[in-house]
Amino acid sequence: MASTTILDARGLKCPMPIVKTAQQIKAVTRGDLLEVLSTDPGSVADFAAWSRSTGNELVGQSVEDGVYHFVLRRK
Amino acid sequence: MSDEEEQPINLVLFSGTDDKLQAAAVLTAGAAALGKPVHIFLQYWALDAFRADRIDKPLPLAPEAGEAGQQAVDRMRVAGQQSWSQTLRVAKELGEVDIQACSLSMDVLGISSDELDPLVDGVEGVAAFYVNAGTGQVVFI
Repeated sequence: MASTTILDARGLKCPMPIVKTAQQIKAVTRGDLLEVLSTDPGSVADFAAWSRSTGNELVGQSVEDGVYHFVLRRK
Repeated sequence: MSDEEEQPINLVLFSGTDDKLQAAAVLTAGAAALGKPVHIFLQYWALDAFRADRIDKPLPLAPEAGEAGQQAVDRMRVAGQQSWSQTLRVAKELGEVDIQACSLSMDVLGISSDELDPLVDGVEGVAAFYVNAGTGQVVFI
């Protein structure tokens, strides 16, 4: 079963959520998951774009109490 | 640069105001996060802002910002937004970011390489800039 690393990017503004994600994904094993928490509304479009561009699939996305959760699978 | 390699995003920075340098830093960091190489060419007042003894000093905003703009920018800083130079340092660690000083502008400002912050990788003339820009997009800020 794939393990999940959590990256808390709450409170960070563009470009930091995807910058931190790009930094953190390097430490994630291929096939494992990285779940990023963000409060930046721009991050919805940003994570879709980042996922498409880098090939790390966005396998899940949700929002709860103003916090976005993006689940990415390391390619 | 060969055709098979990804062509860089080329940013020519001319303005030395905090807002434009911040915008340039965000564009650079975003490209770095996407794995796109960035090639920056520093001219005039942007180059001046990269002096080692000035890089962390506060800079004014473009005139159109006015007082409301200054307050908005101050709010962002209080909320934890990093400085433009710090964002560039992070971008450099993350991806391929090459920062070059325009040799003509160094002449205009009367500065030498050793007076520039280590963020600056070297000096280019306009021909070197174009060769290193390859077929990538060129943006003027």
